Amino acid sequence: MAVKMHILVCGGTGCSASASHEVVTELNKELVAHDLTDFAKVVVTGCFGFCERGPIVKIIPDNTFYTRVQPSDAKEIIEEHIIKGRKVQRLLYVAPDTNQSVSDSKHMEFYKKQLRIALRNCGFIDPENIEESIARDGYAALGKCLTEMTPAQVIEEIKKSGLRGRGGAGFPTGLKWEIASKSRVGEQKYVVCNADEGDPGAFMDRSLLEGDPHSILEAMAICGYCIGASKGLIYIRAEYPLAIHRLQVAIKQAEEYGLLGKDILGTGFDFEIELRYGAGAFVCGEETALIHSMEGKRGEPTFKPPFPAQSGYLEKPTNVNNVETYANIPVIINKGADWFSSIGTEKSKGTKVFALAGKINNVGLIEVPMGITLREIIYEIGGGIRGGKKFKAVQTGGPSGGCLTEKHLDTPIDYDSLVAAGSMMGSGGMIVMDEDDCMVAIAKFYLGFTVDESCGKCTPCRVGNKRLLEILTKITDGKGTMQDLDELKNLSNVIKDTALCGLGQTSPNPVLSTINNFWDEYVEHVTEKKCRAGQCKALKKYYIDPEKCKGCTACARACPVGAITGTLKNPHTIDQDKCIKCGTCYEKCRFGAISIK
Amino acid sequence: MDTIKLTIDNRAVEVPKGTTILKAAEQMGIKIPTLCNFELEGLALKNHPGGCRICVVEVAGRRNLAPACITECMQDMVVKTNSPRAINARKTVLELMLSDHPNDCLQCPKNGKCELQSLAADMGIREIPYKGEQSEYPIELSPSIVRDANKCIMCRRCESVCHEYQSVGAIGAVERGFPAVVAPAFGKNLIETNCVFCGQCIAVCPVGALSEVDHTGKVLRDIANPDVKTAVQVAPAVRVALGEEFGMPAGSIVTGKIAAALKAIGFDYVFDTDWSADLTIMEEGTEAIGRFKAFLSGDKNVKIPIMTSCCPAWVNFYEKFYPELREYPSTAKSPQGMFGATVKTYFADKIGIPREKLISVSVMPCVAKKYECEREELGANGNPDVDYSITTRELARLIKMCNIDFNNLPEAKFDSPLGESTGAAVIFGVTGGVMEAALRTAAEILTGQTLPKVDFEEVRGLEGVREATIPIPGVIDLKVAVVYGLKNARMIMEQIKAGNCPYHFVEVMACPGGCIDGAGQPFHHGDASIIRARHAAIYKADRDMPLRKSHENPEIISIYKEFYGEPGSEKAHHLLHTQYFDKKKQFDLEK
Amino acid sequence: MNKIKNLAELRKVKEGMQSRMSMREKADSTEAIIQIKVGMATSGIASGAKETMNYLITELDKRQIKALVMQVGDMGYSYAEPTVEVTIPGKDPVVFGDVKIPRAKEIIEKYIVGGELIEGILPANYRSI
Repeated sequence: MAVKMHILVCGGTGCSASASHEVVTELNKELVAHDLTDFAKVVVTGCFGFCERGPIVKIIPDNTFYTRVQPSDAKEIIEEHIIKGRKVQRLLYVAPDTNQSVSDSKHMEFYKKQLRIALRNCGFIDPENIEESIARDGYAALGKCLTEMTPAQVIEEIKKSGLRGRGGAGFPTGLKWEIASKSRVGEQKYVVCNADEGDPGAFMDRSLLEGDPHSILEAMAICGYCIGASKGLIYIRAEYPLAIHRLQVAIKQAEEYGLLGKDILGTGFDFEIELRYGAGAFVCGEETALIHSMEGKRGEPTFKPPFPAQSGYLEKPTNVNNVETYANIPVIINKGADWFSSIGTEKSKGTKVFALAGKINNVGLIEVPMGITLREIIYEIGGGIRGGKKFKAVQTGGPSGGCLTEKHLDTPIDYDSLVAAGSMMGSGGMIVMDEDDCMVAIAKFYLGFTVDESCGKCTPCRVGNKRLLEILTKITDGKGTMQDLDELKNLSNVIKDTALCGLGQTSPNPVLSTINNFWDEYVEHVTEKKCRAGQCKALKKYYIDPEKCKGCTACARACPVGAITGTLKNPHTIDQDKCIKCGTCYEKCRFGAISIK
Repeated sequence: MDTIKLTIDNRAVEVPKGTTILKAAEQMGIKIPTLCNFELEGLALKNHPGGCRICVVEVAGRRNLAPACITECMQDMVVKTNSPRAINARKTVLELMLSDHPNDCLQCPKNGKCELQSLAADMGIREIPYKGEQSEYPIELSPSIVRDANKCIMCRRCESVCHEYQSVGAIGAVERGFPAVVAPAFGKNLIETNCVFCGQCIAVCPVGALSEVDHTGKVLRDIANPDVKTAVQVAPAVRVALGEEFGMPAGSIVTGKIAAALKAIGFDYVFDTDWSADLTIMEEGTEAIGRFKAFLSGDKNVKIPIMTSCCPAWVNFYEKFYPELREYPSTAKSPQGMFGATVKTYFADKIGIPREKLISVSVMPCVAKKYECEREELGANGNPDVDYSITTRELARLIKMCNIDFNNLPEAKFDSPLGESTGAAVIFGVTGGVMEAALRTAAEILTGQTLPKVDFEEVRGLEGVREATIPIPGVIDLKVAVVYGLKNARMIMEQIKAGNCPYHFVEVMACPGGCIDGAGQPFHHGDASIIRARHAAIYKADRDMPLRKSHENPEIISIYKEFYGEPGSEKAHHLLHTQYFDKKKQFDLEK
Repeated sequence: MNKIKNLAELRKVKEGMQSRMSMREKADSTEAIIQIKVGMATSGIASGAKETMNYLITELDKRQIKALVMQVGDMGYSYAEPTVEVTIPGKDPVVFGDVKIPRAKEIIEKYIVGGELIEGILPANYRSI
């Protein structure tokens, strides 16, 4: 008898922690007992991402999704479901909103949480085959625009869709195009795609360009049609060789197919696209800096106005959009603004791609509708905190964003709610932190990034951020004072108030948001010289428990700085002034007498 | 014109559309402090990066503070320039700047003239709360310029001047973040770059990051040395600017006081570069006439336009950027060079000492002249024609060091035989002056007629590029161009390269308005009225001279009789003309 | 390839591709061949997707299994690269994570040949439009 049914059991970290392996043992036992080993097979899978309700068991082919399955449930699953074909109702997932149990996982909220619009073709088509793209409506939107719509109508449609820039600030895309279209009519203009993705841990744009380059090319051509530009430039960091290769292939194919170049689809519209490589400076994601870099100048921002729409690349009107923004354009044209604007919140329409990372089970790239809560992202899509640890904060918006906490978990996320909560959408980095993360150290990490990536043009960012970092370092080194905390606040606010560009103005956000949300931790570092997460090495203290110490002298012999004293068979002590917190004694002690506080 | 109404510090004001908050406030008598913002109005020098953030003001309804220098006024804007928030931010930004500054004001070349220092005084800075890492860059010496990047506040004025105004691009922002600084690329020294040593970077630097190489110590040493004699020459532009260093109004003419001061300092012979400016006209004019005549007779090989070669930064520029066109500029040495060659030969002989025992010093409005002094070809047997050059500012320091009450100093005359000059010489100090002086002489020589009017108003002015057609009756309608700023000079060179340069004669000066705003002059801090006053003073000095044409200078007539023979003679060629070198490859960035 | 000269020709190209794509979308054609998609974004390649893909192509060829192996972009499962999606005609696509060569061998031998599910299946965690 061939295997007809599969019983999938989650073997991910979360479910294993809740004893899924015992479920597997029990299920196998039951199969043997009922002589069903040829009929059904137990398969341990990767994480379902639904760790909060683990262990998860899924029955194939009918896609029945059981949650919180205990070893004792195995008998019932085999006897009822496998043998009699009756679903075990009490183990089914109950949708919290409807209070209805759901059996087919396709109908579960969890799997509905993600919606791929920008990523619609990623992982589906061969990105190096233009015909596969065409098969998925590639260039159909461009065709529609060129043959059926005036530029003004296209812009109107984009405006109506409510699409906002996915690069971070969320400026309405349609409005941006409109301004560029009305600027210096008749002159050479440029369409620029900002692919200078630089947030630590973010790879949304890279994945998009690698998985679906034609959508970006198509959208740029549509933009060119709207604003009156015949040239497009993609500014991409040289560290993305595969994305560059895919783009090169795509541009070549599109030219061969006549979908880029002269007289596209016989409409008389010309549009060509070139690549420009960046050296990976974070600040070049700022549009004026990006333009200067493309011009061969130092990549640093200039004051706006003039906006690129007025005077951009080579001082010509220029429209700059981010990769993900462009990825949404063809869909909006094909499916209509009304469809698009039905997704999301009142002021933030559509979806957002996030690079989910940090202390979370399902690290990955997700695309979710605006308005989803952080809880849904973290606990449902992300599968909860790794190792069953306690959630502490989630950092959104990269180095320009801030940390959100427990209290923000149920806020529907969109551009405005994130700003209101002291962070920002940013380009889509989302880093989850747990109880082992020190929030002062986190602020220091992000600030360290900004200090490295500052262009150095304006004083507050060049010197101010450096001084902020020095103060933070002082605090994590256990040398901070309460006055330092005051200076931290004043300096952060002044930098926010006075820096030239978005990078500088937002650079103190990680500091301010951690100060706002984790003030106690800062104070602890300063007054008690204590780091509750145990991350700040300088604040760690090693102690020998005189009760447990046998006086074996192993620690004293191993200590590289001679900080441990004591005689044989008598309890030893550590001289805190000498201790360099290397941890050697801790490893050497066979009696568990050394503790870290 | 569209105007905009707004409120600044509770007062209503109406300004033309496009006016910045800074300018609007200025016309109301509100002085918002600035540092990076810089403009020498009407003289092509400007820098508006909006980078220092000292000028931030509070604008109602705006999320953050606005930089007044680059934020345009908007209708109904409500601006507070002195709100606690703005003052705190401004002060914090200043403290940040000072936290990465050596703060060694007492030893700083800019002491007392530093914009950062006066700002710190105005803002009442008493302590710098932010302690931390300090930038550490090596201090670099070049023949003309001292670069102390530790003092750089990244205002970028020097960079703008070097790139936008001179089109040289020897220095620019390097590194990023905290280590960001303005410096030559690839960690090179200035001498290894295509720097032309115009020194305009020094002229605009608000702090002491860029300064001139100081030779005042050498002057005092040599004057005190009983084994040598010292001879000094003073350039035309110095006499209309030095007074500023002693509190006199800009444009004060202090020729007589300078002669007296130099004598009081102890120079043995106090001469005048104006004398050799007249000599330059004789040599350059003769060369020009020769080229025009060849050109008119159909000589295809003659290099037209002839270009002036007095400005040492300009000479460096064509040697480094256009060596292939180096036959266009006149071979005549600069007035400093001609003076040096004459003083070390004719005059040393006359007083009966070897050239090595005669120390020749020049006082120049210029720092590129320091570099010129070091040119091997401008000397004999390793002994330079001009031992060293000091700037107007250095002379002011010497005068003060020597306890001379300059303001009450009775005037004196320059010594003979290298001290007499004409009005044609003093106008060498402004843009268009060399051209006008040459025209005064060339026109008379070419036509054999006395000019009815010596003033060639057509070539005067302060625009960066001026052109004119000067009819020389019966000979040629001479097409001339006068430019300052090497970017403009580059434009002419490109025309020559392309074969479409319409001119016969071109004057080039590197500095704005010519030598009156040379890099060795008293600091103007962006006040263009100072330059205009010096400009007017030069022409006043010209008018006041009894003789206005170089070829009428009796000491020039006599030196030809006594020593050089005639303009363009073999001896004149040997001592008063030079050659130029191809220095392009040497400075290729790829190297 | 001749240039696509107008919208009608573009539609023709799309229609020409339709059967191939719908097969992938629905995987319901009985005659359809097995389709294998390998996530070949930077992260995939860094974790060995190229080697996996090369192995799959050679190995399937060796066993004379008719299958279409193609590269696609990022599938989103960064925690389990290299990722491979296998669609056997008539069945739902199954995504396998951490597919290095040993697991690729297992996929061929057990899932494709034997029809058995093996460890390392990833949940399809998104809807697409």
